Amino acid sequence: MRKLLLAGLTLIMSMVFIVRLFQLQVLNTSYQKLSDNNAILSISDFPERGFIYDRNGSLLVANQAAYDIMIIPENVTPFDTISFCKLADIPKEKLIVNLKKARRFSERLPSVIVNQISKETYAKLQEQMWKYEGFFIQKKSLRDYRIDFGANVLGYVSEVNTNDLKNDEYYQLGEIIGRQGIEKSYEKELRGEKGKRFLQKDRFNRIIGEYKDKSFDIDPKPANNIHLTLDATLQEFGESLMQNKRGGIVAIEPSTGEILALISAPSFNPNLLVGRNRSNNYRKLANDTLSKPLFDRGLQALYPPGSPFKTLNALIALQEGVITPETKFKCNKGHYYARGAFMECHCKRGSNNDLLKGIYQSCNTYFANTYKKIIEKYDTPDKGLNQWNEHLKSFGLGNYLGYDLSVGKRGFIPNAAYYNSWYKEGGWKAPTIISNAIGQGEVLTTPIQLANFTAAIANRGYYYTPHFLKSVSGDTLQRNFTRKNTSINPEHFEIVVEGMHKVVEKGTARIARIKDIEVCGKTGTAENFTKIDGVRTQLTDHSIFIAFAPKDDPKIAIAVFIENGYWGGRWAAPIASLMIEKYINKEVKRTWLEKRMLGGSLVSEYEKPISGKPFEINE
Amino acid sequence: MNKNLYRLDWVTICLYFSLVVFGLVNIYSTNFNENSNLFNFKIPVGKQFLFFILSLVSAFIILLTKAKVFERFASVFYLLTLVMLIGLFIFGNNISGATSWYNIGGIGLQPSEFAKVATALAVAKLLSEIQINVKNIKSLLQVGLVIVLPIILIILQPDPGTALVFGAFFFVLFREGLNSFFLLFIFGLIFFFILALIAPIPFVFASIITLLISLYFFSRKLNKKAHLLPYLALIFVSCSYVYSVDYIFNNVFEQRHRDRFNIILGKEVDTQGIGYNINQSKIAIGSGGWEGKGFLQGTQTKGNFVPEQHTDYIFSTIGEEWGFYGSSAVVLVFCFLIIRILYRAENLKSNFARIYGHALAAILFLHFFINIGMSLGLVPTIGIPLPFISYGGSSLLGFSCLLFIFLNLDSNRLNE
Repeated sequence: MRKLLLAGLTLIMSMVFIVRLFQLQVLNTSYQKLSDNNAILSISDFPERGFIYDRNGSLLVANQAAYDIMIIPENVTPFDTISFCKLADIPKEKLIVNLKKARRFSERLPSVIVNQISKETYAKLQEQMWKYEGFFIQKKSLRDYRIDFGANVLGYVSEVNTNDLKNDEYYQLGEIIGRQGIEKSYEKELRGEKGKRFLQKDRFNRIIGEYKDKSFDIDPKPANNIHLTLDATLQEFGESLMQNKRGGIVAIEPSTGEILALISAPSFNPNLLVGRNRSNNYRKLANDTLSKPLFDRGLQALYPPGSPFKTLNALIALQEGVITPETKFKCNKGHYYARGAFMECHCKRGSNNDLLKGIYQSCNTYFANTYKKIIEKYDTPDKGLNQWNEHLKSFGLGNYLGYDLSVGKRGFIPNAAYYNSWYKEGGWKAPTIISNAIGQGEVLTTPIQLANFTAAIANRGYYYTPHFLKSVSGDTLQRNFTRKNTSINPEHFEIVVEGMHKVVEKGTARIARIKDIEVCGKTGTAENFTKIDGVRTQLTDHSIFIAFAPKDDPKIAIAVFIENGYWGGRWAAPIASLMIEKYINKEVKRTWLEKRMLGGSLVSEYEKPISGKPFEINE
Repeated sequence: MNKNLYRLDWVTICLYFSLVVFGLVNIYSTNFNENSNLFNFKIPVGKQFLFFILSLVSAFIILLTKAKVFERFASVFYLLTLVMLIGLFIFGNNISGATSWYNIGGIGLQPSEFAKVATALAVAKLLSEIQINVKNIKSLLQVGLVIVLPIILIILQPDPGTALVFGAFFFVLFREGLNSFFLLFIFGLIFFFILALIAPIPFVFASIITLLISLYFFSRKLNKKAHLLPYLALIFVSCSYVYSVDYIFNNVFEQRHRDRFNIILGKEVDTQGIGYNINQSKIAIGSGGWEGKGFLQGTQTKGNFVPEQHTDYIFSTIGEEWGFYGSSAVVLVFCFLIIRILYRAENLKSNFARIYGHALAAILFLHFFINIGMSLGLVPTIGIPLPFISYGGSSLLGFSCLLFIFLNLDSNRLNE
């Protein structure tokens, strides 16, 4: 018995140990995870964000290095605080506060002590860095906008918020996401795919090397560069023309649907949303509720289209067969469209206009009658109106166009159901809704919709979904900006195009004439109202112009919308004309006009409704 | 000259080599960096290798020595180590709170490791003498004194962990005929000690009283003459022991000692403070899985998450890098080694050799039990090395001498 005690104990304890080992190592799997948490640090490896170019290959957006001064508190030895503050360009009090914060966060982990120092400071500091133990400089990548325009198209990036984190598991706290514009639409192409690097930590959280010789590392997928359809020169020129005005310009290449310029005024310098003062600048822009610089008027602003809309009514009437080019209507400075209801027109008393003249004289009477014929073609106005609505939809009105930016408005084209809900059924007839004939009334469009139907007219019957993306490096993206045919037969367009040509040659927009370029256009002057202290008040008319050129083989279709610019020929037509000249001829010869537009200001007009004093309009 | 070398137990020698080499492998891993090299004597693995060579030289000398020498000079060795232990208080080096080291030319020597060898020899010598009988109280006191002297000197260093190892001699005494009462007594002490820690005192008192009173009535049924008095005395002794354990634990022990027990008893889980070592050791071992993470691949080991990993917690490296297979193999090798030593010792005719063999087995067992038990979170933290494997020159040298003296005695078995 006694001989066996120790041997027995040895056997029993060995068995106990093996059972315990089995329990710890085989049955319990949680230790593997605990061990990984302990010792493995996974770091995301971000590819450099893709560059953005314009249609001619000039670089618009690149990346810039920014430098943060970091510290690891446990390595810091006493240093010359005053000379450091001088070098790093930071007040001493702030340095002390930041040092304390870093210490509180961790003694062994790096913290930012000075955020985004300038390149000059970096250059100076780098030579002196050896003096400051525990300090080091960390490079990071910021967006570098090489231009001071195009902010509304390019958009911006910012750190992900809790919503982004919830919606997309790809992102982690502190990462960058495209927030607006192209940066948002093509986020996946521009960001690439981050990789993972696994590092091994020791028990003080210090990095001690690669984990398993990088065998688990995932290489990042490089980002793609993007070429836009935008013409940077034209965009810049457009923005300069729009200074001190509010409104939008949209220019489209009709044969492809490529957007050449999208200008929203007022705009801002995209570089404001980069770097140290980003959040301050953003707050200022977002809080400017009067001029709303973050609001893209080219895409989001709803305006009544005014007279340019007459071209569409002409096309619909021709398609429906209710008029021919030879159809004439008499106009006596206007006409009675119903008993006691007179619509004014600026035609001379006793005019008798055919379609061509109706267009270039912008005769309200002509189009009121035409519109009446469209509505009254069928036995009920419901059918007529819905037919009209279908035609307009085929021009992309009343709905999102499907372009590749994330903001926009549908606009509005009324149908029978709409009026039936306002008036009782059968309670309305063509004269009730006659304002639609001249682009007033209930019709609402955005400037890009104006430009788009102008492109459709230029193409004589079709358009391509307008878009900003020309190509992606690596070409990984499926592009589906398809051709869409309008419901108007091509042969009906020639007379309208001719009318638009006459508008510029001898009509309301003679100022838009360009030597050696056949420009087709249509002016518009839209009444508009606002509420001041609850009272509906009329403001100065919007100045509108749509155009394309050259007449045969159009290269550019453009819509210009100037808020409260009075009549179409005053601001919108000259600006559109200058844009066309700039795009086609690459230079502007009419410097006098350019000067007048550049220097023109509507600021006083915009101050009227907020001045709190009575004011005159259309002066 | 020893002429019996060809009768050496080569199996044990193989086990010895496998453990030491495996130890070197794991020490190499725990302190691995670009300068790691067996011949870099500035780093642990190099130092350990140096002591391995030294151990082999010593082993060689031991094997060449006549077996009689150890028996004859046992008391000399014993006195010599006592002197060395006393000398520590004058010449010793204080390392992390304990004066356990002589510094000789930059190399630390720990006499308490050699005291195990000398005490084993002395106890074997004393017990093998004809006039000594452990059933005799006078003999027992004599042997007890031999064991307790080094214990006191080592506790004074203070190095309670190493002192505890001398408890191994209890197994030797028991084998040589110590009254079973002592065995019951010791197990009773341990049982009541744990009970006092985990259960509330009134509950323990109540159970002791109920148990012994019913035992009394039970024995009354068998034997009408049974007296109540011894049972009452037993109740009194048990209760006062339990009470004093409770008192000592709460009032005499320092918090760090209390914590060590509390962690094992599951009363406290403070993985950042006192429970850090055990927790990290368990993580290291647990994350090894079946096959382990592989040599030099242990993330816990590389990141130094387990403190003292190359010394007391070397088993956690084995568990992490060699997995269930590797660590079970180590357990089995120790089990086999201890039982083989016991088996061979029992077959020796010489009382001295047999008792020495037992002492060796008992010392190995206690180290094995406490060290691995601690790494697995089964035994409170007591800092003693895993024989042949843990880093520590004196420990390796001491254990090598301990083992090879037995191998010498064993090879001499036919000459008795």
